[in-house]
Amino acid sequence: MLSLDITLEYLGFSLEVAQTIPQSGVTALFGRSGSGKSTVLRVIAGLETGAQGRVAWDGEVWQGPGQFTPPHQRGLGYVFQDTRLFPHLSVAQNLAYADKRAGHLPGPDMAEVITALDLAPLLARQPQSLSGGERSRCAIGRALLTRPRMLLMDEPLAALDEARKAEILPYLERLRDQIGTPILYVSHNMAEVARLASHLMLIEAGRITHHGPIEELLADPATAPALGLREAGAMIHAILAGHDDDGLSRLQTSAGTVFLPRVEAPLGSILRVRILAQDVILAREAPTGLSALNILPATVTAIQMGAGPGALVQLMLGEDRILARITRRSASALGLESGTQCFAILKSVSVAPGNIGARMAPAGL
Amino acid sequence: MMVDLGPLWLTVQLAAVTTTLLLVFGTPLAWWLARTRSRAKPVVEALTALPLVLPPTVLGFYLLILFSPTSGFGAFWVRTTGETLTFSFTGLVIASMLYSLPFTVQPLQAAFEAIGRAPMEAAAMLRASPLDRFFTVAMPMAKRGFLTAAVLSFAHTLGEFGVVLMVGGNIPGETKVISIAIYEHVETIRYAEAHVLSLILLTFSFVTLFLVYSINRRFPTGGRG
Repeated sequence: MLSLDITLEYLGFSLEVAQTIPQSGVTALFGRSGSGKSTVLRVIAGLETGAQGRVAWDGEVWQGPGQFTPPHQRGLGYVFQDTRLFPHLSVAQNLAYADKRAGHLPGPDMAEVITALDLAPLLARQPQSLSGGERSRCAIGRALLTRPRMLLMDEPLAALDEARKAEILPYLERLRDQIGTPILYVSHNMAEVARLASHLMLIEAGRITHHGPIEELLADPATAPALGLREAGAMIHAILAGHDDDGLSRLQTSAGTVFLPRVEAPLGSILRVRILAQDVILAREAPTGLSALNILPATVTAIQMGAGPGALVQLMLGEDRILARITRRSASALGLESGTQCFAILKSVSVAPGNIGARMAPAGL
Repeated sequence: MMVDLGPLWLTVQLAAVTTTLLLVFGTPLAWWLARTRSRAKPVVEALTALPLVLPPTVLGFYLLILFSPTSGFGAFWVRTTGETLTFSFTGLVIASMLYSLPFTVQPLQAAFEAIGRAPMEAAAMLRASPLDRFFTVAMPMAKRGFLTAAVLSFAHTLGEFGVVLMVGGNIPGETKVISIAIYEHVETIRYAEAHVLSLILLTFSFVTLFLVYSINRRFPTGGRG
């Protein structure tokens, strides 16, 4: 376990985090700008010397009373938001810089990293001549070549437009599933987080407010306000069962079949499907004469009334939990309460491809 | 007319030795100034910049007193080396180093400040130790700063006059540098020799500065390999 118990004060802001972070999978640290999430990463790396408290990797204490392990001896990889590739070195030399200083350690080798991130065509180039997405890939490759015990990623996609993001995300999924280095991923984009993370920590004004497995946290109405109501929504797993002639793909979920515009992944792949709370409509009776394709039976497990006119309803959908955002008026008109049987109508068009991630290795479900 | 080129050779030697030593000692100072948050920083910066504003004769005067065998430092030097610092090549080197210090430290400090902390943090996260990251990141990225510092220090030392006059005097082969030789030629109304040496200095200075500005123009952004 990576364990933190630290405080850091600076002009008008205080950070106070006592938290353990798993040493496997992808842990996302999610929060708005200014919430202190990048600072947490810098404290773990040893780049914030003003932090007080304790940082330890298993029994190895990096920071404690009278003790401070400098960043270069912590064995962590760091992908900065602004990539920080060395401008005086080519891409190949940037990669070699890391490789040379960590070559004796076990971990992904140069060839493996170049293949995983498609870096071969970029090797001879100077960083200044690369596009934003290419630069990100190089920075990730360089960090991996330090053979880190954990990879810290500080909003590696924040500087990219949507198209470039969509280009990099599959590489990150490949890293997660093939190379297996644990990742601590800082982001303020829930779509990215839902696609990559297995574990989630929410940070607000310098405090961790919620943490846990991502499926549980995303389906918990109590955490929804922290995520922002627009971002609130569950993430469930599904198996890609087949492709139909009319351009739709069939996904098998624990509650039944869901149809989505064609998903490009091998049949049998386990997919992550994100269902935003605002894209779920509830009905007491099985609706007929409705254009929506995805109508699944569900059971209400919890209702959280909001301060305004809204309410969040947690539903059991087969073995998965999802959220629906409806009005309080509808909740009482439908007589919803814990245990109510109903139907969840998923507006299938709203399940965007960016919210679906293909996993190579089956997990969950 | 036979022009004695000895002073020219001595001047080049003095400038080369001074520049080399300044780069060795000025680099850590510039690095410290670029990175420190210490309250002593403005004091050190002001001291470093003093030779820019002080008349060389003032600097020379204080050095003459410091170098004198009757002063603590001068006496210590005589005891340990058996030689005096006044009117010697070694004394000239030390005086020139102080005189040209801002021309080494200021360009280097500016270059190090322009690099900032970000690339150094990145290198630290690639397992590079502080010394390693200085040599593999800070120095290559400050390459142009080093070039500017070296050329300016060299050129500035070439043209040194007042300080040399005060602490070095006019000893052929030891302290008689080109500016002193020119002065002497003019004093003794040997304008032809003065012309030759002046023209050499003028040409050399122009060519060096021209080269520096051309290089700076060709690589307008710092740190390109």
